[in-house]
Amino acid sequence: MSGHAESRKVYYAIFGALLALTYLTVAVARIDLGRLNTIVALTIAVTKAVLVVLFFMHVRHSNRLTKLVVVGGFVWLALLIGLTMLDVTSRNWLTIPG
Amino acid sequence: MITEAPVDTGNYITSHYGIKSWLLTVDHKRIALLYLIAITFFFFLGGAFAVMIRLELLTPQGDLFQSETYNKLFTMHGIIMIFFFLVPSIPATLGNFLVPLMIGARDLAFPRLNLASWYIFIVGGCFSVFAAIFGGVDTGWTFYTPYSSTYSNTWVTVTAMGIFITGFSSILTGLNFIVTIHTMRAPGLSWFRLPLFIWSHYATSLIMILGTPVVAVTMLLVGLERMFRVPIFDPALGGDPVLFQHLFWFYSHPAVYIMILPAMGVVSELVAASTRKPVFGYKVVAFASIAIAVFGFLVWGHHMFVSGQSVYASLVFSFLSYAVAIPSAVKVFNWTATMHKGSNSYHTPMLYAFGFIGLFTIGGLTGLFVAALGVDVHVHDTYFVIAHFHYIMVGGAIMGYLGGLHFWWPKITGRLYPELPAKLSAFTIFVGFNLTFFPQFVLGYLGMPRRYHAYPEEFQVLNVMSTAGASILAFGYALPMLYFLWSLKWGKHASPNPWGAKGLEWLTTSPPPTENFKEMPVVTEPAYAYAPHKGVKVVDV
Amino acid sequence: MSTSSHSPALLHHFDSVEQQKEASSLGMWLFLVTEIMFFGGMFTAYIVYRSLYPNAFVAASHTLDITMGAINTAVLICSSLSMALAVNAAQLGRRKSLVWFLILTILLGSVFLGIKAVEYHDKFVHHHVPGASFHFEGPEPQNAQLFFSIYFGATGLHALHMIIGIVLLAILAIRAQRGRFSSEYYTPIDMTGLYWHFVDIVWIFLFPLLYLLGGHLQGGGH
Repeated sequence: MSGHAESRKVYYAIFGALLALTYLTVAVARIDLGRLNTIVALTIAVTKAVLVVLFFMHVRHSNRLTKLVVVGGFVWLALLIGLTMLDVTSRNWLTIPG
Repeated sequence: MITEAPVDTGNYITSHYGIKSWLLTVDHKRIALLYLIAITFFFFLGGAFAVMIRLELLTPQGDLFQSETYNKLFTMHGIIMIFFFLVPSIPATLGNFLVPLMIGARDLAFPRLNLASWYIFIVGGCFSVFAAIFGGVDTGWTFYTPYSSTYSNTWVTVTAMGIFITGFSSILTGLNFIVTIHTMRAPGLSWFRLPLFIWSHYATSLIMILGTPVVAVTMLLVGLERMFRVPIFDPALGGDPVLFQHLFWFYSHPAVYIMILPAMGVVSELVAASTRKPVFGYKVVAFASIAIAVFGFLVWGHHMFVSGQSVYASLVFSFLSYAVAIPSAVKVFNWTATMHKGSNSYHTPMLYAFGFIGLFTIGGLTGLFVAALGVDVHVHDTYFVIAHFHYIMVGGAIMGYLGGLHFWWPKITGRLYPELPAKLSAFTIFVGFNLTFFPQFVLGYLGMPRRYHAYPEEFQVLNVMSTAGASILAFGYALPMLYFLWSLKWGKHASPNPWGAKGLEWLTTSPPPTENFKEMPVVTEPAYAYAPHKGVKVVDV
Repeated sequence: MSTSSHSPALLHHFDSVEQQKEASSLGMWLFLVTEIMFFGGMFTAYIVYRSLYPNAFVAASHTLDITMGAINTAVLICSSLSMALAVNAAQLGRRKSLVWFLILTILLGSVFLGIKAVEYHDKFVHHHVPGASFHFEGPEPQNAQLFFSIYFGATGLHALHMIIGIVLLAILAIRAQRGRFSSEYYTPIDMTGLYWHFVDIVWIFLFPLLYLLGGHLQGGGH
């Protein structure tokens, strides 16, 4: 946990960015980009999350261990989703007789 | 008042009296004892179910219980033994007691959370006991859907909620350990001077934090599906039962490492103390614990080879399952190397350590059998698998637990257990265990399926051997109960360090005072810094 | 290092206030990791079913009101700002500001829950609540029902976390009003802030995944 306070101006700036990104994601969703829609939406969501984590949760000023814990949590979720989807997406690749 | 005990200005047991001082304690040592009582109860409850299973399997016909009842017996046996005995066993008893002592702290980081974790455990346990008394659960401890989420007519939701609740107990314990080990080590106690018991519990705690929440949300979803007919896993409503299995095994495979890593930590301590040598390859063993925890999360699909999982995913999981065996094997090599030219002694804890090393090796090697896709197609859901995991859980984890209990009994209670009955029990357990479970490897290989109470005639001889072994094993487990209790009143009083072992816990009285140390220790030497003998050099890593 | 080891907030098993703060912070972050995995199971189910039944999911997603979802997202972002400002006020020892920002956060959280309640009611009226009375007019109703199972499961779990957060904030506001916090000791505010921001992050992902599927085909179908 950091000892020094983040400046309030930074908080307002991040707040503005988060609102702008929300507006952006809704706007983009109304345009047909095919597969890209999902990628754009998730990219924006990840960006918002990163801003909240770094600034509102002040991980920007935290020690290495905290940063490792945060990254580790998301990596672990990625493992769960990734290996499960490895199964789901590859189920139809090979038709096995019987 | 003069007693034969050494000068005792009060210890954690005598410092406060009355039931409230125990039920509202925040002392990690008292909480460890509360857990000890609770898990012992669950051990014998789970054991009772095992007795009934083995009695039924004496004869080829399903003649002692109806099939539905038998389904409940093996389900309750599994649920109670795994969630209410093995998962908490070493961490919540020995871990809770020893982690602060071993690192030179006054308590864990969050003592009140520690007490809360015990109450949460008890509440979760009550759900399971309720289910057991009022008709049981028959889905198998694996709760496969849609049987569990739709078709079973037993207390699935109650049991699932019990597991959900108990999961939080596990999470809080793990959280406490990680924070404590990171922030409360004594001055001079760097990471690579920590006892390997601490490394093991740290790795175990990582698994508790990362895995348990997933089984918790999975149990919640099963409960929702059952109670509100909300489709999630039922194929009739569009759901995917294999998704359940992915979510379930994401925790339940690493859970087996929650059950074995603490026992490995105990074995490291027992081997070092008994040979009066540092564990060979200390750093490698420490990293192996972390490797087991990490790799353990990458292999869960090996429980699903025949469930409809894609062949490609199965290939990946099979390969990774071989990889996860490596750090475990490395530990076995290192313990063995430690014993080479060691000043070996053969007291009871060391006997259990020997038992662990041998039986865990057998269990672990047979894990490689089932990790092979081709072999698993044949032995999946047979007694081969049952024998495999009982060799590790019982031959490994429980032996580690008993070895640790004996080793630290003087520290915990201030009394010595009687050595001869203890040695006899260890031998009895070893013999009984092998007679119970080795025949099951053969049975499984010959094709006897698990979870059936009737079997072909030709399997009877092996089943009778297994049941005979089980009765010996049960007797072996009863003995320590008796002599441990006996020792509380009539056992010899223990000195601070009856084993002459290294480790901060041995620097304080037996039992320790409430605040653990009269003077907080400062660490200046590596772990297991025994006086060099027979050319053994102690190196500070 | 302005605090002595005799600070009233120092618990006896810690050696220093710094050690205690470090422990609290690490503990809260580890707890949040468990929450990532807890919600993660739900997200996994969503991703699996969405990849298996894309059409049904798009059709089901269209029955959600994007405007309400977007407003709720903005409301939560505002509440994260007010929470961050509350922690800031605590850090600077400004008791009154602290209390007001906590109350503002509670109000915004309640607005979120109110809008959610309206949405749930709407779902109930249209028979989109999974279970015996479920009825869906679009394609693949069975698979669409899976979408709604996850919708209610995930947003329900999220709402439960919001409620718990609001209760915690109320307790903190009362304690803050009574002067229990200072620039030397405001750890509970800080830790609850972390929790609150986390719950916001969950919604940041839930919103696009649940509401914005195939948004360009509002009112239509494939």
